[in-house]
Formats: sequence, C-alpha cells, structure tokens
Amino acid sequence: MDESTRRDFFVLAGGAAVLAITLRPAEATPAMLASAIRNVVGSAPVKTGKVKLDIPPLVENGNTVPMTVSVASPMAPEDHVTRIHVFNEKNPQPNIGNFHLSPQAGRAQVTARIRLADSQKGVAIARLSDGTFWSASADVVVTLAACTEEVI
Amino acid sequence: MPSALINVPAKAKRGDVIEIKTLMSHIMETGYRHTASGDSVPRDIITSFICRFNGNEIFRADLFPAISANPFLSFFTTANASGKFEFEWVGDKGFSETASASITVE
Repeated sequence: MDESTRRDFFVLAGGAAVLAITLRPAEATPAMLASAIRNVVGSAPVKTGKVKLDIPPLVENGNTVPMTVSVASPMAPEDHVTRIHVFNEKNPQPNIGNFHLSPQAGRAQVTARIRLADSQKGVAIARLSDGTFWSASADVVVTLAACTEEVI
Repeated sequence: MPSALINVPAKAKRGDVIEIKTLMSHIMETGYRHTASGDSVPRDIITSFICRFNGNEIFRADLFPAISANPFLSFFTTANASGKFEFEWVGDKGFSETASASITVE
C-alpha cells in the first residue's frame, strides 16, 4: 500500500514535470539563433572581432536593457559598415534589430534598449562594405525576465 | 497619443560627427503575452524606423518584439550641411508617425 502511493506520487510528479515543460512559452534555441544568423550572412564566414557589444553583465529588469553596438571602422565610402544585426539566444524569437548604416554616419555605433526573456547570450554581427561579416557576443544574467509575463 | 522626443544638436561645425537620439512612445506589445484569462495579446510593435537628412536616407532600423517599449535609438551622422532631419516610425495596426529637427552647420 505504501509502495503504491509512493509510486503514484512519482507518476503524478513526473506528469506534472512534463506538463510544466510543455507549458513553458516558446523560446528560441541556439539552433534558431544559428539559423537566424545564417539567414543574414548566407554561406559567408563570420569572423570574431572589430565589433563591440556592450550589454550590462547583470541586469535586474529584462524589459529595458541598454545595448550599444560599435564597430571599429573608418566609415569611409570605400570601407564602412553597411549593416549591424543583433540577435539573442532565448527570447521567443532570435532577432532583436537590424540597423542599416551609410558612410555618412561617421561613427559605426548604435544604441537601443532591448528586452531579454532570460539570462542568455547576445550576438552582434556587422556587415562591412567589402562583404565580410564580423561578430561579437556578450553574456547577460537577467533576474526579472521580459516578454512573456502575464498582463495584469 | 504618440509623441516623439528628438535630440539633435542645433549647431555643429562642418565635418563634426554628431549623435542623434530618438524616442517614440509606443507600447511595443510583443504578441507573446497572455491575459489572466489565457487570451493571447496581439502583437503591436513599431517595425521600422527611418531617418532622412534633406530627403536622403541616412539611417534605417528594422525592429522586433525584443525592442523595449518606447523605443529609444541613438546613432551618429556627419554634419556636412545645414538642413533638416526627418524621422519616420512605421508599425503594426497602421502606426505611422513623423518628426523633424533642423541643424545649422557653420
């Protein structure tokens, strides 16, 4: 008798765990991040460097996280940054923003405030005028998640 | 009532790199939230932002639900001539707003 209630308890607990997992909101996986990056860069190689992604390493509120991307570039007509893409790993969708720049910008730097649904990795990718892609990533710990909370 | 905050220096020297800061009031509803009764709240975000100087596009951004409410964007441009910056935000549910700012280049 004791044994059977114990087993019942484990079956119930296991079922509840499965339910909890399936009820979790959809979130982007590292595979979705990789495919979102592929959509942008195609088959071109992505090198690490030149790009700097500034996100605070520890944020309390994932609803407004200041983010700055800067790229080391002379921003001359023959050598400039054409696009900056920012991605995340665990929000419901992997894109954060795409920014289109021209040589007139003078400085390849963009700031925005973003949402992060979980502690995760952010990735910034810059496309230069010569067609090469450069990237940087940053890890963030988020204590209060954004995006999927209930509306009260 | 949507409203924009724009920060552009009123004056600059020719060739200076200046920072432009913009903020548009908008809920940026992600489409991933639910009410207490379980209904999903439809997405309502600004999807695109464009900045033009004297009619030429100088900066453009595609925005996603991962951009915070009241989207704040800051970027740079080189002051080469006096003129007018025009800003345009376009989004879901027919959202469209514009703003402008002038600069004098010496």
